[in-house]
Order: sequence, then structure tokens, then C-alpha cells
Amino acid sequence: MSTSLQRGIASFVGQIDGPIASFFTSCVHCGLCADSCLFYTETQDPKYTPIHKLEPLRRVWQQEYTFWGKLMKKAGLSKPVTDEELAEWEPLVYDSCTLCGRCSLACPVGNDIVYMVRKMREGMVASGHAPEGLKGATQRAIELGSPMGVNINTLRAQIKHAEKETGLTVPMDVEGADYMMVLSSAEVAEYNDIIGAVTRIFHQAGVSWTIASDGFEGTNSGIQIGSSDLAAELVGRIVRAAERLKVKYVISPECGHAYTALRWEGPNLIGRPYPFKVIHIIELLDQLRSEGRLKTDSVDETRMTFHDPCQMVRRGGMVEQPRNLLHMVAPNFVEMSDPGLQNWCCGGGGGVSANERANPLRTRAFNRKKAQLDEIDATTIVSACSNCRTMLLDGLEHNHMPHEVVGLTELIAEHLADDKEGKAP
Amino acid sequence: MDAQELLIWVRGAGLQIAAAVFVLGMSYRMLHLLLIGRKKSLAEARGSEWAGGLRTMWQRSFVLPKLSPRGRFTVVAGYLFHLGFFVTLFFLSQHIALFRAVFGFGWPALPRGVIDIAAVLSLGAMVALLAHRLVDPVKRLLSDYQDYLTWALSFLPLLTGFMLLREIAFEYVTLLTLHIASVELLLIAAPFTKLAHMFSTFISRWYNGAVMGFKGIRT
Amino acid sequence: MKEQETLEQRLGEQGVSRRAFLKFCAALATMMALPPSSASAIAAALAKAKRPSVIWLSFQECTGCTESLTRSHSPTLESLIFDMISLDYHHTLQAASGHAAEQARDEAMKAFYGKYLLLVDGSIPLKDGGVYSTIAGRTNLDMLEEAAKGAAAIVAVGSCAAFGGLPNAQPNPTGAVAVSDIVKDRPIVNISGCPPIPAVITGVLAHYLTFGELPALDELGRPKAFYGETIHDRCYRRPFYDQGKFAKTFDDEGARNGWCLYELGCKGPTTHNACATTKWNGGTSFPIESGHGCIGCSEPKFWDAGSFYTPLSAPAADVATVAQVSMVAGAGAAVAMGALDRVKKQKLQQSREKLTVEDLKGD
Repeated sequence: MSTSLQRGIASFVGQIDGPIASFFTSCVHCGLCADSCLFYTETQDPKYTPIHKLEPLRRVWQQEYTFWGKLMKKAGLSKPVTDEELAEWEPLVYDSCTLCGRCSLACPVGNDIVYMVRKMREGMVASGHAPEGLKGATQRAIELGSPMGVNINTLRAQIKHAEKETGLTVPMDVEGADYMMVLSSAEVAEYNDIIGAVTRIFHQAGVSWTIASDGFEGTNSGIQIGSSDLAAELVGRIVRAAERLKVKYVISPECGHAYTALRWEGPNLIGRPYPFKVIHIIELLDQLRSEGRLKTDSVDETRMTFHDPCQMVRRGGMVEQPRNLLHMVAPNFVEMSDPGLQNWCCGGGGGVSANERANPLRTRAFNRKKAQLDEIDATTIVSACSNCRTMLLDGLEHNHMPHEVVGLTELIAEHLADDKEGKAP
Repeated sequence: MDAQELLIWVRGAGLQIAAAVFVLGMSYRMLHLLLIGRKKSLAEARGSEWAGGLRTMWQRSFVLPKLSPRGRFTVVAGYLFHLGFFVTLFFLSQHIALFRAVFGFGWPALPRGVIDIAAVLSLGAMVALLAHRLVDPVKRLLSDYQDYLTWALSFLPLLTGFMLLREIAFEYVTLLTLHIASVELLLIAAPFTKLAHMFSTFISRWYNGAVMGFKGIRT
Repeated sequence: MKEQETLEQRLGEQGVSRRAFLKFCAALATMMALPPSSASAIAAALAKAKRPSVIWLSFQECTGCTESLTRSHSPTLESLIFDMISLDYHHTLQAASGHAAEQARDEAMKAFYGKYLLLVDGSIPLKDGGVYSTIAGRTNLDMLEEAAKGAAAIVAVGSCAAFGGLPNAQPNPTGAVAVSDIVKDRPIVNISGCPPIPAVITGVLAHYLTFGELPALDELGRPKAFYGETIHDRCYRRPFYDQGKFAKTFDDEGARNGWCLYELGCKGPTTHNACATTKWNGGTSFPIESGHGCIGCSEPKFWDAGSFYTPLSAPAADVATVAQVSMVAGAGAAVAMGALDRVKKQKLQQSREKLTVEDLKGD
């Protein structure tokens, strides 16, 4: 069975639940969500109004779940959703939405718009209307184990490198460890300092941890393309590894959608609760800090700011944790406007970064971040999501901006106390 | 049918029909929303769904995120309209007499001067909102016939009510009939249009807040 | 019958001075909202007016209208004005009874065919052949139709004759109707009220005598001069309404302060009559001055407009029960529809095929 309009519509019908029905019932077409969406604010194109991106789903709701809609459908008076329409909506659902969830906080009637976009994507992908780039990334994730094509050999090489740098052992496949560290593709491929950083931090804090050779990739393209089936397969690999190693905790990496997939969607995707807990690396570091197990002995005088990753902060609730950690090492920390829950997305979340077609739009959307950065004269942007990091670097380069971008975990590791011998040269 | 008979009809059978459609439609629709239900999350909660849900039900009435001028206009005019509508609906002495007759209890009324100001502000805000809907590209894109229909259905009770208190243009009996009839149209249309948000917004807010509350996000 | 005498002569016989007569005419002009200059015209016309024959038919009624009329007591000129007419048949007031009375009516109808005024009080029952009210073995309908043929004009006195009134109220067991429901080819003036204001009855008669025609009427056939405004429009408590000050019970502070009686069910805003200006009992007062709201007796269907004590803004029927039943019905429908939706979703779930990576590759 291949993708089809029929399959897509059936998926829409199946996805519509109480919340979605309430949201469509409640919408008064006030247009306030437009102001909260950086794709609208940076383009002023009304088609990027968040609720408008859901129009086909709304019609299916109306025709399948409302009294008059059903009546009209029976009488043949309603306009069925067509394949052409879904094709027209594909860029709206995928290219112009990073699932950042800012609209869900702005809606005065309380509609969780991003909840609906996430569910609408289930039908979009089932109807064959998903962007090629995202399809490719998902396919690679399923078939090769990672959307970026990294594999266990790449990881082993990076671990070897980290062990050499730190002089410590990176525990692999240790059964009975407390924590199992999961990484994002980008961390294995590009931001590999993270491996050394967590190794040193956990060494200092005395954390019992491991990396699983068969469950190290946290990125979940299935969530982004909107396929629960594929997302379940991806998250299932981590769950199986964690169960094999009998760990108590799985650590989500600095990667927004990996966290959402692992922490919030995972048990629902595989259809059962986990026998372990999921904790974000930043959550864990802040916990170690509050327990006095994370000590730093130096600071960085650079003017730093923090870019809140949407899935970790707005959709994940970690507002204070990254700031607690930053205050340890960055005395000149400065907030951007709209910090925390109201922060603006980097423009590349929710699968947008994997979708080449969206690049020009994403570049325009970055103007919002640029404006935020222009207001403050920070020289370093700290973040806690490798996708945000890539998007920030990309946008900065495009706009010829000189800022440095660093990961929060690596920044903390650089200033670890009593760890001089392990520090990178 | 003369003016008196028409008035008796709108105060009697007409009101019964309108109340039946409104209550039946609304109770059907709201309960249906709840019965469609949703899957219980199997993930480990970090906070309380109920705390988040209830908080958002209340809090979302006041949250004012940073807005563009067009957004600010919508929020300010929207607030004025709703506030004026509620003040006139719930605090005009004559209306309280109605609630007392139907529900058996009442509450103190606001002075007529306050009601008048609220009604005028509300009417003005509605006109401004309609104009904005006609010119703002976002609202124009989102709007369909229902938006204009429900605007008219909300505007007429306010307008006829205001005219009634001053006996503007028509006789009292005519204005009273028009006023009650316009309210009945509003009641009949409410369950089947976006006016249903008068109740469903709290369900929406609850769901939205519950998702946030579950994750332990302090909004 | 002294129909050949003019009114002036008769007044003179009764010792009414010309000065008093002119005063009466001026009062009439004011009451009917005519320009002051018309007072002399009225006087001139009335002075010369011949007394027309009047036949008064009482059908389904309570005699309240007649009672009211008789309360236009002497020495006020309202009572004198009755000397303007020749009341040839009125079974409450006339001395004759039985066949003699009916004979008087027949004679008057014959003698003044086409010229007499027909006054009617009470409604006319139509159900079951009109058996519910008969006079001398004849139904009201029969008698009215016969009398209407020779009438120059008909005056429907009281709300029963004008609109059907109390007998016409739900469920209207006798099939009672108004005069205007039966007689279509004669000018009819409705002097509604339960009872109507005596001065209004006499005023209309005076107008007819003065100008030889009925006064200007509203859409319900009532003389505009008396029914042009609502009780509310001319109510001395109106300022309290405008300020939103209402008595909530008959013995509260508001009631003692003389505040508006709207919330105690006053129908003044929707009731057209002259009570607030003409007043009752020789100009003593009208009901609102006694602390009771207007019951709207001069309007059609006033018995069916809900309780006299229900505010105009409140429902005139039981809405609470309707709402309760509807809520149960709505909940039932929701449960049924919710179950159907669940079945639909389950079926979809069962027939759903997993999305695989192959699906992404190829269409």
C-alpha cells in the first residue's frame, strides 16, 4: 500500500481527537496567532497565519465530526479535501512551521495550534505530501540509523578521539549503569566535543553512565515528518537498548525534537510506559549543580546570551535550568528580548532544517533572530540544541554576523573545577 | 399578528424554541467534544494536568503577549467588545430580572450610566472589529460568511438593546420585540457557529493547559 | 325621545351655563390633543348637534365597562354628555326589560336606520353556533350582524369588544372574538381598556358629534388622541426607569421611594392608553400612583402576556423546564454521537496500515 489521498484523509479522521475538535470549534478567526509566528512576522504573508495552515484538517473535522458538516456531506454540499489542496498546503505545514509552539501560547481561546500541526502531518505524510528533504532524512534514519548518515563506526572514532583528549574512558554498553547517554546526529558528526564534555562532567560528578552502541542516535525524523509509525521504530531502538542495559535513566541530548520524541511522545509511540526515566542533559546538569556535584572554577567574561530551544523550553518547560548553569560560568550573561517561554525559534526546527526547499524562507525567518541579537551586543550565543546551533551558525553566516555559537554542556565542561589534567589543550 | 401578539410570541414560544435549540445544541456539542476524548499519555508526568488546565482556563483571558499594532488593535477592541457585552448582559437591571425569573436568583445591577458606557464602547469596538476584518489581510484570509453572520448576530442585540433603553426610532413594543428576537437568533445560531466558543474556549484552554501542565511548564 | 332638541337646549334645561359648557369644550380639545382654537369649533358644533340614537349591545362581558361609564359621575360634564345622545337600548341602564326592551331596540334600529351609533361591549362567542351567550334567545353574533347593518359607526367599548379580551384568552373555550372580527363593512372605533377610561368614551362621542366622523385611529382602530402614547411615555416614575432605579418587591425601599415598577411586571412601556394623563375616578389617580404596575389592559391579548408580575424583560412562558429537557436531550444525542464516532475511529484504526519507509520512497 502506498501513500494516497484516501489514506491521508483516513489518517486525519483518526488523528482528530477531543482537543482538536475543541480547538476548531473555538477558533474565532481573530488572526492573533499570525503575530506569534515568525514566518508571518518576517514575511507579512497572511498565508503563514498558523491556524490557516490547518485548513484541510479543519474541513475534515467539519465534515466528519460536526452535525451540520455531516449533513452537508451527506447532501453533497461540502467541498471534499483534494489531493491538489494537500499539495498546496504541504509547504505551509512543513516549510513554514517549526513546531515551535509559540502560537499555542498566544491563542486567546486556548487553541494548541502546534498540537494540531503535529497531528496534521500524520495525514500529510500518509497522503504522500511530505517534503523530499524530510523524506530522505527519515529514510536514512530508518535504514542507516541516522538522518545525517552517521553510524556506529563514526561514533567509535569520535569516542576514541574524546578518550584521547580527556584521558578518560567513555563507557560503552555498560550493563546496569544508572544513565544511558543518547546523542544527536549533529553531535556525532559535528559537535563532537560534547562527548568529551559529558565524559569529564560525569567523571567529576561520579555519575554511572554509558552509551549504547545500538541506541545512541536520538534524532527523530519520524516526529518531524509526522509519522508515528516511523517515529516509534526510531524511538524503539533507544528503548530496546536502555532495556538491554537495564539503565535507570536515559539522557536526552541537546536536541529539541529528540527530547520531545523521547520524553513525551516515546511511550505513546511504542504503546507502553518506559521502565526507565528520561532526563534532558541540561536538566541533569542542573540537578548535579544543585546537589553540589557540578563544580566550576573559572568564568568566561564574554558577553553571552542564551537561545532558548523551543522543544526544551517552551514545549519542555526548562526555563530556569539552563540559566542556572549559565550563571555559574557567564557573569556577563544577557537575555535577549522575549526570553524563555516566548523566545523565537531559530527557524529550522520541526524538520525545516532537513527540507532544502524551505531554505529561502528559513533565511527570511532568521531576520527575527537577527533583530533580537542586534538589540543586545552579545558576542557569544549559547544554546542547548544542536539543530539550533546549526541554524544559528547558518543564519549568522548568511547575515555576516560575528557571533560565536556554543553548546551549554561544552561551555560548562570548559570551566570544570579540579579537572585541569583532563582539559583539552 | 399585531405588535402585542408578536411580543408575546417572542417572549413565550419564540424564547422556548430558542432556549431549546441553544441548550440542546450546546450541551450536545460540548459533551460531544469531551466524549471524542483523547488518548491518555503514557509518558511520565512532570506536573499536574488539572493544575495546568485550570490555570490556563483562567489565565488565558489575560495573557497579552507582545503584539504588532494589528494584534494590539484586535486585543483591545476584542476586550472592549466582550467586556461591554458581558457588562450589559449581566449587569443591566432588566436582564438580572430575567435571570431571576429563569434561575431563581439575581445579583446587584450596575448603574445605568456604566451600562450605557459599556454598550457604546462595545458597539464602537464591534464596528471597528468589522472594519478591521474587512481590511486586515490575515483576517480577510481567515474569514468566511460565518464571521460576518456571527458579527451581525452579536451586534444586533447590543444595538436594539441600546435603542430600546432610549426608544430610538421605533416604539418600545417594536424595539423590545426586535431586541428579544435578535437575542433568539443569536441563541439559535450559537451552537452551530463559531459562537460556540463561548463555552468551548474553556475546553480548549483546558486541553492546552493540560498538555503544558503535564509537562510541568509554568506558563 | 327628545332627539329633536339640541345639546345647548338640553344643557340649558339642566341649568348648565354657557360658560361651563365652553370650559368643557376646551377640556375636550385638550384631552384629544386638538389645537386650543378648536374649542370654540367644538362648542359651536356641539351646541347645534342633534342627539343621535345610540344602541348599546352587551355581549360576553362583565359590565365593568358600563360600571366605568357610570363612574363618570355628575356633576362632571362627562355625565352630562350622555344627554348628548339618545340611549335607546342598554340592557343594564334601561328601565324596560324583556320584550319591551327588545322592542325598543327594534324600533330605534328601524327609525334611525343608517344613522344610529352602535356601541358594543363584550366579545362574541362563535364556538358551537354561538350558544355560549344569547339574548332573548338570539346569539350575540346574530344580534350584532343585524344591528351592524344599520349602524353609521360602531364603537367597541372595552378590550373584549375591541380585541376579544378575557373571554378570548387561552384556551378561549367559547371561541370569543372581537367586533372587528365579524363586522368588516362599518367604521369601527376601538376604545380598549379593562375597563376603558370613561372620559375616553365620552371624548370619542363628542368628537363624533362635533365633526360628524370618527377620530383618527391607530393601526388597532383606537383613537390616536388617547392611545397615541404609552403609559410609560407619560409616567411620572419614568425618570427612575431612565436611571435604572427599580422597586424589586412591593414593600422594599425602592417601592417606598416610588421607583419604577418595571421589574414588578409593569406593562406601561408596551401599553397605549391615557391613564397617566386622564387618570381615573374623576382625575384622582391611576394604578401606578397606587404603587401597582400597569397590567396592559388596553392591549390585545393582555391576559396571555404572562403574569402581570413578570417583568417585560423576562420570559412569558416556562423556559427553565424547556431548557432542562433540552439539556438531557442534548446530552443523550452527544453520548450517541460520541459512541458512533468511537466506532468510526476503531474501524479506521483496525483498517489502518502502518506507514513504512517504502511508502516514503515511491509514488
